[in-house]
Amino acid sequence: MAGLTVPSWDPVAARLIGTVLLEAIVLYVGYAGLERLVGPAILNALVGGDGVGSE
Amino acid sequence: MTALAASEIPATGVGRSIGGGLVDLLGSVGLIGSGFGGVGGVDGFSVFGTGPEMAALFVGFGLVVGILFGFFGMGGSFLVTPALLLFGYQPSVAVGSGMAFVFGTAVIATLKHHDLGQVDYKLGGLMIVGTTIGIEVGRMTVFYLQDIGLAGGVINVIYVLLLGGIGAMVTRDALSDDGDADEEADGDADESSGAGGHGHGGSDEDADLSNHTPPAIAKRIQETVRIPPMVTLRGDVRVSVWVITAVAFATGLLSGLLGVGGGFIRMPAMIYAIGAPVPVAVGTDLFEIVFSGGIGSYLYGQSGGVDLGIVVPLLFGSALGARIGSAATAVVDSEGITVYFGGMLLAGSVAVAIGELGGLLGIALLETVGLVLVLGAAVAVAGAIVVTTLRTLRTESRPTSVAE
Repeated sequence: MAGLTVPSWDPVAARLIGTVLLEAIVLYVGYAGLERLVGPAILNALVGGDGVGSE
Repeated sequence: MTALAASEIPATGVGRSIGGGLVDLLGSVGLIGSGFGGVGGVDGFSVFGTGPEMAALFVGFGLVVGILFGFFGMGGSFLVTPALLLFGYQPSVAVGSGMAFVFGTAVIATLKHHDLGQVDYKLGGLMIVGTTIGIEVGRMTVFYLQDIGLAGGVINVIYVLLLGGIGAMVTRDALSDDGDADEEADGDADESSGAGGHGHGGSDEDADLSNHTPPAIAKRIQETVRIPPMVTLRGDVRVSVWVITAVAFATGLLSGLLGVGGGFIRMPAMIYAIGAPVPVAVGTDLFEIVFSGGIGSYLYGQSGGVDLGIVVPLLFGSALGARIGSAATAVVDSEGITVYFGGMLLAGSVAVAIGELGGLLGIALLETVGLVLVLGAAVAVAGAIVVTTLRTLRTESRPTSVAE
């Protein structure tokens, strides 16, 4: 957690944080796409029956 | 250890981080580089200098932490930093990388909670302001206590009392049949019927919070403190801005004092003092962590405390875990959530107490036992979340099949 400390501009630190942010967004979108593609099938296999989420 | 002291990290702490992370960062094309003979010490595939075995371990650990983080809105730095210390990383790298990981996980989990309509941006904005001021006051208090030689003892005692106290209160409340927040379960159950988000990545559904009933303490505060301006939050909670600011300041103060992200303090504070519905408290807390974690990890990054060889694989696992955990909040009823949450806090409290005792008695084994206890509890709770969610989904799918 950060308080009122005002960070000075540092391109290396910005690149590091930018990389983490980019990875987070790519993973979010990627996993969402994957979930759409194979999610219902996996849920059906795990939950059984008509499958929740297969609306 | 406080994140605010990032700029004071000795330069000796930089080598491991920069060595593994930046060389690959600058030299690789994609996010996950493939280097040879990296810092991980294993020939072949490496992730920003981390060998395949450690990378796989981080992915698995990230999955567990992600489930807890997405479900509770906390548990990142609380679990990751001690684990990294156990693996032999320098404290600055363990804290900095833990914070960068929390930041990344919070981004992912917040996006998911946003999709589920569980982020109150008004509450989040107000909380960020109050928390930031509180953290700064807490940080100054730490330096004062350090000057008079009482920092370590005081902080650990507060930690144990706070974790134990909140854990006991939350668990007792959740286990009580007369719990005031029981009716929230209805709202959550309704959400779960729209768990298309669970199966389809959560797109348009909005959390149905119309049946939300705040806990008795929150109700009393809302009825007693009616100092304008008043704001209406998600779940039709009407509360004074001053209550939110006071809660934010108090939780920020404790957060700055203990040097932790503070999700385990803020989440119950938002539920019990402000009266926010549990899913909204989780989502809003994550939203706040995006800001605080981002600034904190930037500060650590400046001092070389962020190792992408740790953060990238951890995040890879936690991104999946956070999806599972966030979606589970819309399936498992709120009573279930708070029982798990309380259990985690109690385990953490015992672990810190055992670790502190080990430090006092000079028995390193006790410190390891404390850490193993909290990591074991984390794995057990993450497993329980997955099992409970699947069981709930199975139960819900049956009547639907019959009805059709």
